Amino acid sequence: MHPLELVTNLRAFLPAEAVLYESEDLKPYECDGLSAYRQTPMIVALPQTEDEVIRILRICHTSKTPVVARGAGTGLSGGALPHPAGVLLSLAKLKRILEVDPVARTALVQPGVRNLAISEAAAPYGLYYAPDPSSQIACSIGGNVAENSGGVHCLKYGLTVHNILKLRVVTMAGESLEIGSASLDAPGYDLLALMTGSEGMLGIVTEIIVKLTPSPEKAQVVMAAFDDIRKAGNAVANVIGAGIIPAGMEMMDKIATRAVEEYVHVGYNLEAAAILLCEADGTAEEVADEIRRIDKIMRESGAIEIRTSRDETERLRFWAGRKAAFPAAGRVSPDYYCMDGTIPRKNLARVLGGIEKLSTEYGLRCMNVFHAGDGNLHPLILYDANLPGELEKTEEFGVKILEMCIEAGGTITGEHGVGIEKINQMCSQFSSGELKIFHAVKAAFDPEGLLNPGKAVPTLRRCAEHGAMHVHSGEEKFPELPRF
Amino acid sequence: MQNIIDQFANIIRAAAGCKAPLRICGGGSKEFYGNRIVGQNIDMLDITTYSGIVDYEPTELVVTARTGTRLADLEAELYKHRQMLAFEPPHFGSAATLGGCVATGLSGPRRASVGAVRDFVLGVRMLDGRGDDLRFGGQVMKNVAGYDISRLMTGSMGTLGLLLEVSLKVLPLPPMEMTLSLQMKEAEAIEKMNLWAGKPLPISATCFCNDALTLRLSGAEAAVRAAHAKLGGEEVAEGAAFWQSVREQTHIFFQPGKSLWRLSIKSTAPPLSLLGQQLIEWGGALRWLISDAEVGTETVRVAAKTASGHATLFRSGESSAAAFHPLAPEMMNIHRCLKEKFDPMGILNPGRMYPGL
Ligand SMILES: Cc1cc2nc3c(=O)[nH]c(=O)nc-3n(C[C@H](O)[C@H](O)[C@H](O)COP(=O)(O)OP(=O)(O)OC[C@H]3O[C@@H](n4cnc5c(N)ncnc54)[C@H](O)[C@@H]3O)c2cc1C
Repeated sequence: MHPLELVTNLRAFLPAEAVLYESEDLKPYECDGLSAYRQTPMIVALPQTEDEVIRILRICHTSKTPVVARGAGTGLSGGALPHPAGVLLSLAKLKRILEVDPVARTALVQPGVRNLAISEAAAPYGLYYAPDPSSQIACSIGGNVAENSGGVHCLKYGLTVHNILKLRVVTMAGESLEIGSASLDAPGYDLLALMTGSEGMLGIVTEIIVKLTPSPEKAQVVMAAFDDIRKAGNAVANVIGAGIIPAGMEMMDKIATRAVEEYVHVGYNLEAAAILLCEADGTAEEVADEIRRIDKIMRESGAIEIRTSRDETERLRFWAGRKAAFPAAGRVSPDYYCMDGTIPRKNLARVLGGIEKLSTEYGLRCMNVFHAGDGNLHPLILYDANLPGELEKTEEFGVKILEMCIEAGGTITGEHGVGIEKINQMCSQFSSGELKIFHAVKAAFDPEGLLNPGKAVPTLRRCAEHGAMHVHSGEEKFPELPRF
Repeated sequence: MQNIIDQFANIIRAAAGCKAPLRICGGGSKEFYGNRIVGQNIDMLDITTYSGIVDYEPTELVVTARTGTRLADLEAELYKHRQMLAFEPPHFGSAATLGGCVATGLSGPRRASVGAVRDFVLGVRMLDGRGDDLRFGGQVMKNVAGYDISRLMTGSMGTLGLLLEVSLKVLPLPPMEMTLSLQMKEAEAIEKMNLWAGKPLPISATCFCNDALTLRLSGAEAAVRAAHAKLGGEEVAEGAAFWQSVREQTHIFFQPGKSLWRLSIKSTAPPLSLLGQQLIEWGGALRWLISDAEVGTETVRVAAKTASGHATLFRSGESSAAAFHPLAPEMMNIHRCLKEKFDPMGILNPGRMYPGL
């Protein structure tokens, strides 16, 4: 369909300001949080109701127009990167919290609601929405569902998939589905899990019932410094081996610590090779007990300095540095590239060592801040996009890190999604049979492949061209060669 | 072990070649659950030969085991390291396997506080209906590469593939557990369970039956004692045995020979007036109904639906053709498409879940 004809059809039921097609209006939508990739869409549509979403999708379906959903555009893998001949469907105006049910501990929300807004609405009842991505002031719950987002507290409280009960989803053909239920399970296949993390490939989420969690009576954090990153890694294993599941367990390496200290002035130990932040929450009795045990384990694991937050202000201060890692990276370097692999924790020291080697090899600094408790690494490669060839070098460095994660028995993405960014590495992680199953799932929901085309799952042809070898988790390609 | 997988794959390919249905079978402990498999000359595919733990490192909180592994053996190994399958899967017999546990997707008393089987599944290795050996997910806690096939397989009753290996997140055993009993009526119990679930209390299981609300507290000793002081109630001496009887349905409530309905509904739903006796778990979200045949299927389904949930005929005298709650037509379409893609010849447990799947 001609763009102007499509605009006319959409404006038949949408107000003029909800259908954009002039290039200056399209500009703000040309990228998400992965700004290295940019593309203006043909049209941007901003529906306000599910009914409008359905009508937009029906028109696009009939005219075979690609559709890309967008929440708040904070995604880090280019999932919301527009299609040049498609409609960018922004869910930002569906931003109402429809109901908070404090007794059942659930909230019914629209997809454009900000993650933090849910916790704010639940706070008067002593409840909150547990998954807390660092982007929570901005990112939308619809985007969280699409990426299965996590946060610092997911070690104990789970990811998005563990904290939602029900979705309303509109398929590309414009049909609404009710997936999951207000009870704890639903009949049939677990389509709720299938939708979670599906990166806008299977349907448009228009309503979500999230679970709310009682706010803990108390939280306290231990900050431990280590002179060797391996000792810090072992400390993580020792805490968990002792039967403790901390509310959060985060690590920062020396470069990261120095960068954030300069930014937030918390008094982190600048000589330490690694800093661990380990939080306990629960009833006052539980926290006291757990903090005592954590403190002992940190000492036994060789911590050179241990501090425990004395009050809520200090607890937030200890966390401030970890939470400010991204902006801090932005201060010490013109650009940074955030990676997101997960590995079994036991390989932490080995993989970090490997990253350090690569960093020297490529002549690019890399700071590590990550969810140590669940082995989710976020190496931030520092580079300068204005230097010719530096972005390419950075991307190559990033690819090497991801391949190392697969070889260590892990995965190329823990929480940021595949999007367009990691599409080639999917060929390394999965066999063609496995990729075929992914395509089959896509086809069950969207047989014409109109939703977010080209993302998340590579075509088999692309993998053949990319020439990546499929690496089975844990098995190395050339086991006889020395690693890293 | 690879030769066993090759054997399984050959059986599947042969069956697909002549469109002959296969009945995937572990220990047979959950044979009663779901519908009868449809078709003529059904062959059995016994997975119990493919057993054993593949990988278990307690400090990683992950165990990977072959699906023919007896659930009891797996739990015993975890117990040695003071860890557990936190979702407390019912065994329903000593032969129960990990495969049956994941395929049926059933969870026990701790479900409302920690999550269900699907919440702990991290990865699977499986054969699809073409006999292709596939792996999804992995052994790490966070993984969003590709669609979540591992969780899709959980609870799919063997209709989408043959599970070979499953990686599960495990949790440490709580340092202390205490069981309390409080006398009250049903409506008050439902209200209390919901109220307390909204507070930071270490309640790990609930059960209401015969005007008694039984609660289990799990956690650090100080926290458990403090919660007991807050909640009141009598301490039950044989707490562990009580929860075991609820989990395994050996509790006196579950009289054999009658129809047992499982209603999974919104936890705050008021008492359901249905013919028969009820037992409530999961903070009000799970209602078991024992009744003689006179309570109509339709009545139970409508009651569950009205309470924002669904009803399963969990056990019944005669083998049923419609154990599970009917799906909306558009949802059934998606199910059929998925089945067709995973198992194009329709040979894996056909009809066990729904007709045509
Ligand atoms: C500074 C910073 C910190 C971050 N920290 C974290 C973190 O700690 N943990 C973490 O997990 N992530 C983190 N992220 C990544 C990002 O915030 C999450 O992926 C978030 O869930 C994206 O939400 P969004 O609303 O911005 O989605 P978008 O970026 O707009 O979209 C993301 C994907 O979801 C799809 N989508 C959006 N809405 C819908 C819908 N209603 N229906 C169907 N599909 C939809 C899009 O098509 C796209 O594929 C961070 C990002 C930044 C910039």
